Amino acid sequence: MSNPPTVTVPADAAFADTGPAVEISGMVKRYGTLTAVDGLSLTAERGEVTAILGPNGAGKTTTIEICEGYRAADAGTVRVLGLDPARDTAALLPRVGVMLQSGGIPPAVPAAEYLTLLSRFYAKPQDPAWLLDTVGLTGSARTQYKRLSGGQQQRLSLAAALVGRPELVFLDEPTAGMDPQARHATWDLIAAMRADGVSVILTTHFMEEAERLADHVVIIDAGRVVADDSPAALTGSAGQLRFRAEPGLDTDSLLSALPAESAAKESPAGHYLIEVPGGTVEPALLAAVTAWCAERGVLPNSLRIESRTLEDVFLELTGRELRE
Amino acid sequence: MSSPAITGRFTPQPGAAPMRRMVAAQAAFESRTLLRNGEQLTLTLIIPLLLLAAFSLEPLASIGGGYTRVNFLTPGVIALAVMSTAFTSQAIATGFERRYGVLKRLGATPLSRTGLIAAKTVTVIAVELGQTAIILLVALALGWSPDATPAAIVVVPLLVLLGTAAFSGFALLLAGTLRAEATLAAANLIYVVLLGVGGVVFPLTKFPAGARPALELLPTGALSTGLRDVLANGAVFPVKDVATLAVWAVIGIALAARFFRWE
Repeated sequence: MSNPPTVTVPADAAFADTGPAVEISGMVKRYGTLTAVDGLSLTAERGEVTAILGPNGAGKTTTIEICEGYRAADAGTVRVLGLDPARDTAALLPRVGVMLQSGGIPPAVPAAEYLTLLSRFYAKPQDPAWLLDTVGLTGSARTQYKRLSGGQQQRLSLAAALVGRPELVFLDEPTAGMDPQARHATWDLIAAMRADGVSVILTTHFMEEAERLADHVVIIDAGRVVADDSPAALTGSAGQLRFRAEPGLDTDSLLSALPAESAAKESPAGHYLIEVPGGTVEPALLAAVTAWCAERGVLPNSLRIESRTLEDVFLELTGRELRE
Repeated sequence: MSSPAITGRFTPQPGAAPMRRMVAAQAAFESRTLLRNGEQLTLTLIIPLLLLAAFSLEPLASIGGGYTRVNFLTPGVIALAVMSTAFTSQAIATGFERRYGVLKRLGATPLSRTGLIAAKTVTVIAVELGQTAIILLVALALGWSPDATPAAIVVVPLLVLLGTAAFSGFALLLAGTLRAEATLAAANLIYVVLLGVGGVVFPLTKFPAGARPALELLPTGALSTGLRDVLANGAVFPVKDVATLAVWAVIGIALAARFFRWE
């Protein structure tokens, strides 16, 4: 793909309180010979949770860090809250909360002291004590950052992103390293932010996180967008029927009893999957499967009809080979 | 994490605090961090005071020039204190801040880079004021009697400020270009070398005549010589030392501004 030309936006579009939270068009970023972002375009609406998914090295962090103003794109346009993050940094930073993927907090500083410092940079900050309590760190308020567990460090970093009452937050893998309790509490927090009108851009490797939280999912690979839609639209209508039974049933004979476009397989042993690619499981298909089972005296256990998971979609789009 | 009803608490109310409040908060934070750090405190306070006391009480070095030991040492130890705070301590602290991503994270807050530099400057000057007060009290207790004109009230702060600017420029140059460990090693090495050849406790007059002009042109040499001229020789304005420090300040700050990398 050839690189799109740099587009300039008229000056009167540089400041606007409405319009998307983030609007990226034809963005390119190269590091030496490596093209990290290769003509990426996406729009994140205000007041929504937008999840950016992608394998390691897909360009997620580069994309977010360009939006945060850390580096400039080589081509394309980026607008964050209507502003150019590379040029209008001073106007943008007070309005945006940032959670970096790791680090950024001095190791020897107690949690509460760090949050209090950041709160002093904002006009109407959250009460640091309340925020610390909300992320469950009251008991560790006087603990040095380096002595917090990985999940606690993430929670402090999350609190730091919220302390300035931002209208837009960038969360780079917010729940990495958290235990299930902290992860669920973080999901509650993000849901509360969304309910209060905060726009959220997050990256994650947890598909469940994106499915639960996101209004809008953007999957990127090799610096390009490969899918961009709501989680429901991406996973599609119910197109799978799964059941468990004794291993070694003759799936060929099962297939012959089903509508023509269906597929049936056993993987792993005893787990049966019937797919209707691009279609929906109809009542007649369910009847055909159970009738076929009844003829053989087989009881299908854990029989479920469901849509594909976001993980299925993700692996289909980005492939199964391991990334760096 | 607790889960009280948290909805309603995140309604956006963005806005930066006034610049003055941000700089004051960051400077107070950096000063507290520095005072809590034992190694930094050793460098900035304990070593200068030990040298002042030890070399004043015992003839550990031949000083010549007709000075009493404490009158010779006090200006040199003030120069050392300025170097330890503005150069060594600042280089090491900033190097590790860069390595831990602290500078990067601050870059996402409303505190601008100018604001951060201002906060670091305020911190360094506040620490230097504290150091100097303690050193002068100890010196007085050891019998220090300055031979100075009233102009010293202006010229001593001028020399200290120029020295601080020069040392800070080079501190940030090291911290902003080298790895944190390399900065630590280089800053300590330079500190020890300049302590030895900077006219702090060993008079430059005792060095070979050929080396002396060069040593007086080093920032530490210029600062200690200038302070000694004003505080022990009754000089009004040490033109050459002021000029030397000003040149170092311009070079150091220009190089730091050109080469400092935040990440």
